[in-house]
Amino acid sequence: MNNISKNHLIYLKKQKIKAITINFFRVFLLVAFVFIWEILAKYNIIDSFITSSPSRIVKTLKELFVSSNMAYHTYVTLYETVLSFALSMLFGLSIAILLWWFNILNKILEPHLVVISALPKIALGPVIILWVGANQKAIIVMALLITIVVTIMDILSGFMKVEESKIKLLKAMHATKLQILIKLILPSNIPVIVDCMKINVGLCWVGTIMGEYLVSSKGLGYLIVYGKQTFKLDLVMTSTILLCLMAAIMYFSVEILNKIIRRKYSFDN
Amino acid sequence: MEIASLYNVSYAYHTKSNETLALKDLNVKIFDNEIVGIIGPSGCGKSTILSLFSGLICPENGKVYTQDKLNENFTGYMLQKDELFPWRNVISNIMIGCEIKKEKDKSYAYELLKKYNLIDFAKSFPNELSGGMRQRVALIRTLVLKPSLLLLDEPFSALDYQTRLDLVEDVYFMIKQEKKSAVFVTHDIQEAISLCDKIYVLSNRPAHVIKELNLDEINNLSPLKRRETKQFHYYFDIIYECLKNTMEKQNE
Repeated sequence: MNNISKNHLIYLKKQKIKAITINFFRVFLLVAFVFIWEILAKYNIIDSFITSSPSRIVKTLKELFVSSNMAYHTYVTLYETVLSFALSMLFGLSIAILLWWFNILNKILEPHLVVISALPKIALGPVIILWVGANQKAIIVMALLITIVVTIMDILSGFMKVEESKIKLLKAMHATKLQILIKLILPSNIPVIVDCMKINVGLCWVGTIMGEYLVSSKGLGYLIVYGKQTFKLDLVMTSTILLCLMAAIMYFSVEILNKIIRRKYSFDN
Repeated sequence: MEIASLYNVSYAYHTKSNETLALKDLNVKIFDNEIVGIIGPSGCGKSTILSLFSGLICPENGKVYTQDKLNENFTGYMLQKDELFPWRNVISNIMIGCEIKKEKDKSYAYELLKKYNLIDFAKSFPNELSGGMRQRVALIRTLVLKPSLLLLDEPFSALDYQTRLDLVEDVYFMIKQEKKSAVFVTHDIQEAISLCDKIYVLSNRPAHVIKELNLDEINNLSPLKRRETKQFHYYFDIIYECLKNTMEKQNE
């Protein structure tokens, strides 16, 4: 510590102030938004029947958790999202490995994947309901459809970008294709896979809520639709805020995992 | 004793639009404990020769001879960049080839690290090493498999001048101490003369040997000592003239 120069200390202090300022304004923005929303609603500048207000949301949240089964609805949506997230990563990664292994299959499927990727998946909603029924399966299939093509394409693209010279090195050591996959392709793509997880967190929430809009009789998506139909805007806003919170928790969990992996395997340098 | 050779080897690269003949009737011989330099214009097919020796590709015509065809560890490849895996520490990077061969004994790897003053960095990650140290780790990764023939594909080209001078010296002693043979591909004439016992000068594509030069008068000297000799400049002029002529022929 004694070796740190005065100029370096000044630099470190500036960096610290910068980080504190950024964090302060992040929190400030959120608090200011909530505060202004509350004030505008309280003094009837905005119609709180349509927009709700933070205090009404807190009140509704308390009531719903005590009197009805809000926790159950939250659990249902969370379960569907986490399951579809896990399935999309599992199938996406497996299919990407398969396409990397059989390059000819990759060439054959490439245009089809691009078309499926461009297709708005909501258009497939009625077909999915007919095929798997108007139940929880349809919601998970919908979320899976939204995420899986992106997962396959992102991970496969990462696999293909692995430097030829590194593959050549392992080939010169007479490594098998499986050894190249395990010792080079997969570990070098850990950052790509984690980035893909970060994207999929958001997409899975979109897919689950879209699915619940279409078929569900439980879950936060269902509550939003129900709240809209019965003009209970507090319910809509409360459900939306809960969704925001859960999406943020899931995203930051993946981000923490990302940081741990990057630090452990020296990917940042 | 002859340990590896190319006899009248030809090789072409095929793409949709054309066929590029890289090597034509090429003859190269490598003897035991000999460092052979392959020098030629950029893109003439120097690296293709190493791929042929390592068995990564097969010749379209001619024959590749290696002393011990059944031994997968006969050749050891060292590339232009160190190609260390950032998620593995030094010892783990060195052991990658052994892992592929399902050999778990790390004692020889540690022995080499100790011998070449890198033992304190065994648990360090590649980003914690200098460019020169990384290349020395890459060379140990190659040596740990105990190959008879080292294939060095411009291993110093990504380094700064001072590090290159030091590393050429280190690599020379490492190869000689371990009693290995080596094929050293480069386009740097000075580097080739300072490291090699024999140099093949190649023509433009399709590459064939235009000059075979035995550096008998200086091959008992270390790379840095060689640079101080008169013969160094003499060999330099010969190779330079050969390369100049081949470039002029191409431009005609």
